[in-house]
Amino acid sequence: MNWLLLLEQILNGFQLGLLLFLLAAGLTLVFGIMDMVNLAHGSLYMMGAYFCATFTGWTGSFLIGALLTLPAVFILGVVVEIVALRTLYARDHLDQVMATFGLILFFNEATRLIWGPIGLAIPLPDFLNQTVEIIPGVPYPAFRLAIIITGFLVAGLLYFIVSRTKLGMLIRAGASNRDMIGALGINIRLLFTLVFGLGAALAGLAGLMAGPILSVEIGMGESILILTLVVIVIGGIGSIKGAFIAAILIGLIDTVGRSFLPEILDLILPSQTAATAAPAISSMMIYLLMALVLAIKPQGLFPPKGVGQ
Amino acid sequence: MTEQDLLSVEKLVKRYGGLLATDDLSLSVREGELHAIIGPNGAGKTTLIKQLTGEIPSDSGKITFAGQNLKRLSEPGRSHIGLARSFQITSLFQEFTVLENVCLAVQAHNGHSFRFWKKVNKDKNLTDPALDILRRIGLEQRADTAAANLSHGEQRQLEIAVALATKPKLLLLDEPMAGMSKEDSERLVERLIELKSRHTILLVEHDMDAVFSLADRISVLVYGRAIATGTPDEIRNNDDVRQAYLGEEA
Amino acid sequence: MTLSSRQLINTALLAFLALLPFFTDWVGDSFYTGLVARILILAIAALSLNLLIGYGGMVSFGHAAFVGVGAYVVGIGTFHAFEDGVDWMMNGYIQLAFALLVSAVVALTIGAISLRTRGVYFIMITMAFSQMLYFSAVGVETYGADDGLSIYSRSDMLGLIDLNDEKSLYYLIFVSLLLVLFLMHRLIGSAFGNVIRGSKSNEARMRAIGFSPYKYRLTAFVIAGTIAGYAGFLMANLNDFVSPDMMHWTRSGDLIIMILLGGMASLFGPLYGALAFLMLEELLSSIPLTIGGLHVGEYWQLIFGPLLILVVLYARNGVDSFLPGARKGS
Repeated sequence: MNWLLLLEQILNGFQLGLLLFLLAAGLTLVFGIMDMVNLAHGSLYMMGAYFCATFTGWTGSFLIGALLTLPAVFILGVVVEIVALRTLYARDHLDQVMATFGLILFFNEATRLIWGPIGLAIPLPDFLNQTVEIIPGVPYPAFRLAIIITGFLVAGLLYFIVSRTKLGMLIRAGASNRDMIGALGINIRLLFTLVFGLGAALAGLAGLMAGPILSVEIGMGESILILTLVVIVIGGIGSIKGAFIAAILIGLIDTVGRSFLPEILDLILPSQTAATAAPAISSMMIYLLMALVLAIKPQGLFPPKGVGQ
Repeated sequence: MTEQDLLSVEKLVKRYGGLLATDDLSLSVREGELHAIIGPNGAGKTTLIKQLTGEIPSDSGKITFAGQNLKRLSEPGRSHIGLARSFQITSLFQEFTVLENVCLAVQAHNGHSFRFWKKVNKDKNLTDPALDILRRIGLEQRADTAAANLSHGEQRQLEIAVALATKPKLLLLDEPMAGMSKEDSERLVERLIELKSRHTILLVEHDMDAVFSLADRISVLVYGRAIATGTPDEIRNNDDVRQAYLGEEA
Repeated sequence: MTLSSRQLINTALLAFLALLPFFTDWVGDSFYTGLVARILILAIAALSLNLLIGYGGMVSFGHAAFVGVGAYVVGIGTFHAFEDGVDWMMNGYIQLAFALLVSAVVALTIGAISLRTRGVYFIMITMAFSQMLYFSAVGVETYGADDGLSIYSRSDMLGLIDLNDEKSLYYLIFVSLLLVLFLMHRLIGSAFGNVIRGSKSNEARMRAIGFSPYKYRLTAFVIAGTIAGYAGFLMANLNDFVSPDMMHWTRSGDLIIMILLGGMASLFGPLYGALAFLMLEELLSSIPLTIGGLHVGEYWQLIFGPLLILVVLYARNGVDSFLPGARKGS
């Protein structure tokens, strides 16, 4: 086995995992506090990437573009919440699924109208567009490293907000007992809007960081949305901690699995069969994991208190 | 447990975190009696009912019903050996008609329901017993009304009718008079007197007039424990009860 | 027997569908026969899904996977018949039997695990399973991976009916739809249907009166999956083509949209919904309006998306609420 490749794949796994966490954090909060299924979360991720591509083009700087994108996606999230989603909180999950499915169609089509059907590229500044040696002799792309560092920083910040601030206290109270925050006399509408905007900004951050690696294109939100849903379901809906652990787990399994599964299968299967089966099995792996987790713990690994009874 | 006990509860415990909802509770219901359970709010009455029906698991203790240990029996399983409950907060099939509500309960005890073709609402094996029960409970005029369109008092009646339709040996009634008007309550007491002659009943109720006029025996629950059990007269004159319960009411 | 105005409308619709190939013969354009045939197959799949969603309250978000499974059985059978000369794999009856059997077994497996969960978890796990099937189809190079499989010859029904004749195929689909409608009608009114509907209405009470909903729900899941597999068998023959895209989660979303557009509370709802869905697509994408050099029709989903939200918010029972005799409230 190639140990350097393994190290690189583990880092890539963390990078994917942290991106997933940024998406999952917002989604699981919206799920947990408002009991709302939001399929359009992937669209906000896509908008993050498109906004960043545009702002980078205008200003000529990726960093300024990124800094402009965050408030833009926050505002977009707030607008979407007020215009379309607010009335859906009281509805059942089926209604929410359908309405937000409608939002996906709208966002995809609007993006095609505004930016055209061809994908965009986000050019990176030189200092990010190089490799650094993480240990002597092992080069690793600086930008991916930056994603990992940003991901950990945001996760830490989020942990601080949720566990140490008043907003966080309300969020935790809301996730375990929705009626309680109402009883505390808090302006719930405002809280929901803020949380939704925060989740949108995190999704936008994930989108603008994924943009330079993957391509910025229509439909990029859907494939990652499904991965994100898998993450929050495995982690337990409403649990930030669960989302973090599940995101890293999924990131690692998906990335490392894809590169090493063919070798592993080769050991146990005839090589012809292994070669055919490997790609299918490696893309199925995380879904298998999810099925396994739910078969054993139908509420995910960390069901929030009050929901799991 | 004596020969005539239909239900016996021994040292039953249910914990919610640090809170003991049911605390080493022992209790028995004799064949044919109406046994009432009273106690202040939060005494653990509904928790006890849920433990008896198997809706929530007990932490320890033993429940014996009709000579059978209930430990390994699921909630539907307990219904099949003759335990039925009515709900404190009305729990009906709201979009079904009154008759359909009762029919569904009859159906549950009429063999399996893997019957895919025959129209169920024309099945006399279900509708006849269901109509019979509606007549007994006084709802036959409303048979074709959707449950959601009944008055509160009628919904409470239907609540009992659904429980009755499972042909229970023991009927657990969880505050059947909750939220009822005075006249409706009085009418329901009449019905319960009639039911009492045919069924063994465990009644949880706040309406003291109803309890003392209906019950053969009463148990008083305080903080998950039965502090006294006896005839209505014995309970009325029991010092512990006066202090712990009636005192609190005053 | 007198018919209510609603039954009249339903009957008129079925009569129209029955005569459609003659109309199109008369006009001399068979395009619409193909389009309507597609709609009817999707209606069959949506009807089966409505047993779960509308009557059983089980919001399954992976139903298109079963359609795909049924379709792939035909595709794979034909593939081996042509590539390896395995003639019996062309036999339509064997293909049909396998399509039903495989989709039933897949539904049993997925249902057995998924039905242990509730609410959002159920929505997500059914979606995840369907994605698993989607990715396995994408991953198998032998059967065309991403590009799918072309079906060079339609299922051979041994002279009983010739599926290569578009009109015969259309009538097979139409009669299938009638049968599925009738099957659903009986199923919903049966003792079994009663348990399914009761479990949606009030699961806690169902358990209290002595039902264990799980095994009934699982049975419904398998029935629905098998019917969807049958729809897949028809779809493969109609399109002469199968691809992983048939199983993508957005296809499952389309089926749910059809149910929602048609109205969940009624037997015919999914049929109206499927008609409405594809008609809207045709209609919106051919809007002859140009603003600033842009053809509005080309961006039809820009209208369809918000329309969907409006239906959810204000017309909860879809087409059904506009037909006479609609149930109020709910």
